[in-house]
Amino acid sequence: MPDTPSPHAMIPARSAPPPKRSAFSWRSNQARGVVYQVAALSFIALLVWLLVSNTMENMRVRGIQSGFDFLLQPAGFDIGEDWIGYESNDRYWKAFLVGLVNTLRVAIIGIVLTTILGTLLGIGRFSRNALVRGLCYGYVEMFRNIPVLLQLLMWYLLFTEYLPQISQAWNVGDLLFLSKNGISFPTPVWALGHTLAVLGLLAGAVAAYLVAARARKRFEHTGHTQKVLWQCMAMVAGGALVGWLAGGAPWQWNIPTMNEVQVEGGGAFTPEYMTVLMGLVLYTSAFVAEVVRGGIASVSLGQHEASASLGLSRWHSMRLVVLPQALRVIIPPMTNQFLNLTKNSSLAVAVGYPDLVSIANTSLNQTGRAVECIAIIMAVYLTTSLLTSGFMNWFNARAAIKER
Amino acid sequence: MTQVFVSLPARAAPIKTEGLVPWIRSNLFASVPNAILSAALIGLLLWVVFGALRWGVLNAVATANADMCQAARGLGACWGIVNEKARFIVLGRYPQPEHWRPVIATLALLGLVVASCSPRFWKAWLPALWAVVLALFFTLMGGGVLGLSKVPTDQWGGLPLTIMLTVLSMTLAFPIAVAVALGRRSDMPAIKSLCVIYVELVRGVPLISVLFMASFMLPLFMPAGKSPDVLIRVIVGITLFAAAYMAEIIRGGLQSLPKGQTEAAASLGLGYWQTQIKIVLPQALGAVVPSIMNNFISLFKDTSLVTIVSLYELTGALGLAVGSDPNWRPFKIEAYLFIAAIYFGCCFAMSRYSLWIEKRLAVGKAR
Repeated sequence: MPDTPSPHAMIPARSAPPPKRSAFSWRSNQARGVVYQVAALSFIALLVWLLVSNTMENMRVRGIQSGFDFLLQPAGFDIGEDWIGYESNDRYWKAFLVGLVNTLRVAIIGIVLTTILGTLLGIGRFSRNALVRGLCYGYVEMFRNIPVLLQLLMWYLLFTEYLPQISQAWNVGDLLFLSKNGISFPTPVWALGHTLAVLGLLAGAVAAYLVAARARKRFEHTGHTQKVLWQCMAMVAGGALVGWLAGGAPWQWNIPTMNEVQVEGGGAFTPEYMTVLMGLVLYTSAFVAEVVRGGIASVSLGQHEASASLGLSRWHSMRLVVLPQALRVIIPPMTNQFLNLTKNSSLAVAVGYPDLVSIANTSLNQTGRAVECIAIIMAVYLTTSLLTSGFMNWFNARAAIKER
Repeated sequence: MTQVFVSLPARAAPIKTEGLVPWIRSNLFASVPNAILSAALIGLLLWVVFGALRWGVLNAVATANADMCQAARGLGACWGIVNEKARFIVLGRYPQPEHWRPVIATLALLGLVVASCSPRFWKAWLPALWAVVLALFFTLMGGGVLGLSKVPTDQWGGLPLTIMLTVLSMTLAFPIAVAVALGRRSDMPAIKSLCVIYVELVRGVPLISVLFMASFMLPLFMPAGKSPDVLIRVIVGITLFAAAYMAEIIRGGLQSLPKGQTEAAASLGLGYWQTQIKIVLPQALGAVVPSIMNNFISLFKDTSLVTIVSLYELTGALGLAVGSDPNWRPFKIEAYLFIAAIYFGCCFAMSRYSLWIEKRLAVGKAR
């Protein structure tokens, strides 16, 4: 039977695998990937080269000088408000520094105020009182649907047109003066006692933190709760008080006084600063309120019910059960809102508040170094953004669920 | 012994829990502190509402007469300024006799946008319709053909400019955003890092610095003497800005798809582009329509910034209209309220739409 193969016939040996082709094949994913990437990179490189060479050529034709050496030249313009002692014949880099300080002054205080106001508004949306709910909703819809630039312009107009002249400034108990030129308020005359008070406050805070940490550890080990809130507050306040007394208890205030033409002395905020701060805080709070509301809404109803059935009060269930869980949802979008506030502070240029963008704009017009000035703005905002998001990522990692 | 049947006294009717009065009781006056709070808030509200009525309606001057407004100053609003300047505020410096052109062009564009919002129009011919309407818009606005007189772009302004900047930048940004979002999820390290750098760079800086760049630096980038019109430069700037934000939104949508979808597509033998176009993108884009809508709203508000680089859209046109006229300048706040109402109306309507479409798109997922 020639047709049936004998059972012991061997399967012919497989031919050796074809030698690995080093030649390029369009069918290989990897090879195509390399081609695409090389193409993309060379396209970008070409684009950059084109832009740079065009820019060089244009600058040469128009006689524009380039480089950052202008930072060492005298600026020659005045800045309305500065906290670091700048004068008009100082150099450009110092002017930029003033702008940076002014930007940070708005951003940091603005972020603190926005967090407080926005959180209150967001929690208000869950109030049992229908009026509170309705007002919070109305606030959010009204403020987030009008461009922030328009809001800034409106506040500025209100502050500079509708407030009284400085000679007829509104006077609150001879301590506060509010007029077209801004608000003046008493400040303490800085003395040794104040420095010591700040140090005492810090020491008290550290001690309070340690006490709270110990109470927490004890709670985790034994389950005994310990009321340390008042103790901690007393430690912080006591630290400040002791420092203040040790420094001789300075009791002098720099109180603004009003005469015929102006208000002198004390501390003061310009209308520009108040406009930018207030406009940004009111605008961003509307967004933060929505973030907080969304975060609280994301905690399932069962959690509220479970904490209620454990006998927790409404406030305790909010603080101990709901908010810690909501925080995980809240933090990332909250970071975005903080970054937005910082970036929106650049709109200060529209109302003449000398922030970084406004200073850079003036310098740009004076020196013609467009590329350098815009590069400085972008570099500063990029750094601020990266630092803020870095910090918030760290905080987020702390608040995240600890999985085993 | 006879037992007398004594019926139990009837139980009291249950407390009503529905209707207006019980609602008010449980929502406004549930407890003593709540009642005090409500009373205080009602008082405050009444005071504000009556004050606003007195200022805005009863004592207001609606005729376009600066002297009458001046007489009522401090007592009532001067809506006369809106009466007098509305045309300039809404249409900017566009030549007066040609005003029908921006009106028709804007209405056509708005009609298209509204139509595109309805899922009934999500058809294959929609992009072609977009191209036609955009061409119509620019022909009408710019003129120079068909016997229409030429109107240079520096005379465009007001609401048409606001709407055009928003719609056009958003439309142009969309394909860029899809490409960048796909690139950011790609396996190729060079392409991925290019996309990451682009997105983080743009999202890290304020829009105003991008606009400064468009207005001061782009002319330097172009070959000598070939700098494009400022309007085009600003559109390029806003488009690149919007694309970075939209790319992140679309990336979120891509991430929300389970991996099984791409694996299923691969097992069917689809290639990369087929998978993306037929399987991944339709689902991912559907999921992010509400977020894209929010992005659209914030871009609509952000276009007000172009007034800083001297393009006179709604906010800028108001500055032009009122700032140069000493008779009317004292009543600028009323004009601000007018355009604030325009912005509010548009944004509020869009956010309602966003909620509606979110609900509608979720219908398929409901159990």
